[in-house]
Amino acid sequence: MITELGHFALILAFCVACVQAVLPLIGAHKRWPGWMAVAAPAATAQFLLTAASFAALTWAFVTSDFSLRLVTLNSHSAKPLLYKITGVWGNHEGSMLLWILIVTLFGACVAWFGTNLPPSLKARVLAVQAMIGVAFLAFLIFTSNPFLRLVVPPFDGQDLNPLLQDPGLAFHPPFLYLGYVGLSMTYSFAIAALIEGRVDAAWGRWVRPYTLAAWIFLTIGIALGSWWAYYELGWGGFWFWDPVENASFMPWLIAAALLHSAIVVEKRESLKSWTILLAIIAFGFSMIGAFITRSGVLTSVHAFANDPERGMFLLAITALFMMGGLTMFAARASAMQAKGVFAVKSRESMLVLNNLLLGVACFIVFVGTIWPLVSELFFDRKLSVGAPFFNLAFTPFMVLLGLVLPVGAMLPWKRGSFGRILRALAPAFVLAIAAGLLAFAMQTGRSALGPMGLFLAAWLVGGSVTDLWTRTGRTGDIRDRLRRLTRLPRADWGKAVAHGGLGITMAGVAAMNAWATEDIRVAQVGDSIDLAGYTVTLDDVRRVQGPNYISTTGDFTLSRGDDVIGVLHPEKRFYPVAQMPTTEAGIDNGFLRDIYVVIGDPQDGGGWAVRTYHKPLANWIWGGAILMALGGMLSLSDRRYRVAAGARKVAPVQGVPAE
Amino acid sequence: MRRLILLLCLIAAPVLAVQPDEMLDDPALEARAREISSGLRCLVCRNESIDDSNAELARDLRLLVRDRLTKGDTDSEVVSFIVDRYGEYVLLKPQMGGSNAVLWLAGPAMLLLGAGIAVLYIRRRARAEPAGPGALTETEEARLRQIMDE
Repeated sequence: MITELGHFALILAFCVACVQAVLPLIGAHKRWPGWMAVAAPAATAQFLLTAASFAALTWAFVTSDFSLRLVTLNSHSAKPLLYKITGVWGNHEGSMLLWILIVTLFGACVAWFGTNLPPSLKARVLAVQAMIGVAFLAFLIFTSNPFLRLVVPPFDGQDLNPLLQDPGLAFHPPFLYLGYVGLSMTYSFAIAALIEGRVDAAWGRWVRPYTLAAWIFLTIGIALGSWWAYYELGWGGFWFWDPVENASFMPWLIAAALLHSAIVVEKRESLKSWTILLAIIAFGFSMIGAFITRSGVLTSVHAFANDPERGMFLLAITALFMMGGLTMFAARASAMQAKGVFAVKSRESMLVLNNLLLGVACFIVFVGTIWPLVSELFFDRKLSVGAPFFNLAFTPFMVLLGLVLPVGAMLPWKRGSFGRILRALAPAFVLAIAAGLLAFAMQTGRSALGPMGLFLAAWLVGGSVTDLWTRTGRTGDIRDRLRRLTRLPRADWGKAVAHGGLGITMAGVAAMNAWATEDIRVAQVGDSIDLAGYTVTLDDVRRVQGPNYISTTGDFTLSRGDDVIGVLHPEKRFYPVAQMPTTEAGIDNGFLRDIYVVIGDPQDGGGWAVRTYHKPLANWIWGGAILMALGGMLSLSDRRYRVAAGARKVAPVQGVPAE
Repeated sequence: MRRLILLLCLIAAPVLAVQPDEMLDDPALEARAREISSGLRCLVCRNESIDDSNAELARDLRLLVRDRLTKGDTDSEVVSFIVDRYGEYVLLKPQMGGSNAVLWLAGPAMLLLGAGIAVLYIRRRARAEPAGPGALTETEEARLRQIMDE
């Protein structure tokens, strides 16, 4: 019964979305307030109906209702409750429903918080957002309906893919989708602005929080996925340049470019048409990502959607929204007149450079991702594009970005001079050179990558600190300036924290690639392995029975000299229902290094295959990502967005509170 | 969701990447073998090198690489030996020649193009006269001010 209600709610949501896509547009065109006012309550209704539908599906998973085809295929009664819930989005249909839930959630957010939007803009934004809802709801209902029943329900389900039964991966898709779909909001704002025929500073201010939120969620989602790969896949890799990973990385790069160019629109009323174009393209990459992961075009062996019909449908949606958006852009972009004038040496120019580097970096990832397809279709060459290509083609852009970032971040708007900025940044630069040289002197090889990473980290962190410090002014003693530091707008702190985080991540990536060491051997119980100054001893290997798996657990003691640092328990699990093995690495996390132990198969001559890794600065990768997300959140909580959200309700302004 | 492809490789065969019994006794030779195999693709996986892959076929290729190395082949001889048998599909880093020039030059070309447009744009902005406030009506200006000030 609950299932049928959920099914019904989904169809109703589709009907509401159809109405919301049409009436407000006509209302905005004809200036009929009543028709425009349909948009906000419709958006709320659409969200509530989709949420009800999602809740019904979740209920079916939690109660293990195996009369539902989807539950049978992806759940099992013995599965822990957490994974029964996260199993809802661990499959194509359920994850698509989650995607739609987020589309409607963002629409509802505009309805609830966009009280200061001009009525016609609000109506148009919500109408465009509803069009996206219509497209994806139709896709779900007609090609991948999650509520289909089985005539003869089985006694038990086939279990969720065991690799997805992990906290890191359980929450990876929701964050990623919040990011992907957040970009649908910027798309809707861009299209609405094109229909209205104008973009001004206020538009920049309304659209930036959504961009920022989408980028934060993408950052967290990508970091979670990469962290999961690191500890779960069993060889300590964290990024594989896999098409599916690239599908999430491309929107991230474009969103990063977009949130920077939106600042220029907001503060200086320039780069308007470029920002609109970026907003359209950003959502395009989100949809291309959905297409890549679900169509099976680029990933011939894939567990999701191996159905070509679904792929065609998604491709049609992508093409429709991209062609529609770009046609609108071509027709109306000339109406966007730039107002702000700026010199060659200015913050604006540096942000153009930022957009150029991020945009081209994204383009390279895109070309590399689709090249195997293009090459096979047009040149009859079956080939692969893998990590070595991306490392070579992509890295220079990130290095260049890191080099110019601190300078660009400090250059004033309109007109600046490099001399003053460079003088202020001199200490940070000297520090960074010292860090790079130190790393070069201490490493055993001649790799330039590691020292470069540490140089960039010190340069970016140092540059961010310098930026904050100079913002406190030139006068006053240290205490005055420290006090002023605490009163800086949160956006300034957000910028510094996010840029610093980027540096930390760069150092982690470089160190992992340049300095990771490993040991692979057959170890008997009692054997010791020496690696990078640490000793890992295999004490015992046990059989452990888990809730829905059987595990071979190794007990390892990690010590340095005579000091015991910790005990590690790498596991090799077997899930009988899914007939799948997984590895759980034993990791001793540290600030400067991870010790990573994996237990393999028993060997014919006795003993176990054991792999031990020393991973320098591993946690910096995810620590940096957390800092970037935190920086984004600080910016998002900046006073100008909080106040703008409920402009009329705020009490008279009484000075700037200490933040 | 993103790594289901990788997951499938794990289903293929439950052994872990490079195995101790495969490794060569000579550390220099073994290091070369690892270097080569990290650039060769596991044919039954997606974008995974044979060095990382758990599939049986990847193991066979790893053994083949080591076999050629012990027989005295240079690194490039080993690679071309494998490419001759399995096609350029095994190379994770595509060759530069032929149609692949498009792939390798796409980035630099886009950078030059983008930089050209950016320079033109910036120079035009630097010379432009500031637009008058006439673009907005008075009530709109007031509304905008109200929003920006609050």
